[in-house]
Amino acid sequence: MTVQANRLQVIAVTVLVGILCAIGVLLWQSMGSGGRGSPQTSLIGGEFTLVNQDGKPITQADFLGKPTAYFFGYTNCPDACPTTLTDMTDRLKALGPDGDKFNVVFITVDPARDTPQLLKTYLESFDPRITAATGTPAEIADVIKKFRVYAKKVGDGDNYTFDHSTAVYLMDARGELVTLIDYQEPRDEALAKMRRALTS
Amino acid sequence: MHIPSLLGAAALTATLAGSALAADFKAGNLVIHDPWTRATPRGAPVAGGYAVIENTGDQPDSLTGGSFSASSGFSIHQMTMKDGVMSMGPVEGGLEIPAHGSVKLDPSGFHLMFTGLTRQLKRHETVGGTLVFKNAGTVSVDYAVGSIGARGPEHSGH
Ligand SMILES: [Cu+2]
Repeated sequence: MTVQANRLQVIAVTVLVGILCAIGVLLWQSMGSGGRGSPQTSLIGGEFTLVNQDGKPITQADFLGKPTAYFFGYTNCPDACPTTLTDMTDRLKALGPDGDKFNVVFITVDPARDTPQLLKTYLESFDPRITAATGTPAEIADVIKKFRVYAKKVGDGDNYTFDHSTAVYLMDARGELVTLIDYQEPRDEALAKMRRALTS
Repeated sequence: MHIPSLLGAAALTATLAGSALAADFKAGNLVIHDPWTRATPRGAPVAGGYAVIENTGDQPDSLTGGSFSASSGFSIHQMTMKDGVMSMGPVEGGLEIPAHGSVKLDPSGFHLMFTGLTRQLKRHETVGGTLVFKNAGTVSVDYAVGSIGARGPEHSGH
């Protein structure tokens, strides 16, 4: 073998090793990050103390053992909140007997106006399996933070509104986030996600 | 731009064909097509109002206010959705209706906001109100009430 050929061989091996290293680093990165963009599931949700539409205290423990869909809104909302409650009513029905295997919890971001009494009245228009929750401002602030919900009061006086997150948080029976259902996600996709939460 | 959708007169005619509840309200050069709202959950304090407002004239007009017979409050709002966060706020200074153009009021954009509802709105009923324009003045309209989750006026063929 000539010196020239030897040198070429060294270069080829060096390049090959370089490529393998690069692939290795990429693989390690993609495994380590757990899929970029997907939130670290265990960091969403957790303990909370609230009251339901009957004024009874509720905590996370009341909803463990079944998958639970949590979402956040307020009754002074003309669109996203009644629409999501309508969609959840439709999805529970579409799931048939499996609908009984879910908790669905609507948590207000507006405890000043959304009393248990108002929430109870409001819920009468939707599936009776849906729970509504309110609390003290501190309790609501705490659950908003734990679910990483965006909720910001806009305006003053009686007609203030909230900018708020519209996703539904789908948690498994252990309280770990399975996935989010986007606002007005197509029915079949939302149902597939709910079925996935049942088996995960 | 205050023009979420510019619809031709032909498109509007097609949309409204076969509409059982379709009602148009005219004032000067303005036509208010198919005003509608949604049934409300019991106890709900608010509702949204929707329509397509068409201006057949050579001059722009502006929606500046109005009233709704089942609410104490009325305002013109805009809804925006960004990164899954819904925001809503008043449209200041009126909503322009361009000459030879249309503005669509719908749940995902510009809408009328009825606050301080005095009663629950029921599907299939009709609720009266007014719209006030800078040039065309005050126009009486009737809102057809659709289902709670309705995305558009009922029986309008889309
Ligand atoms: Cu609004």
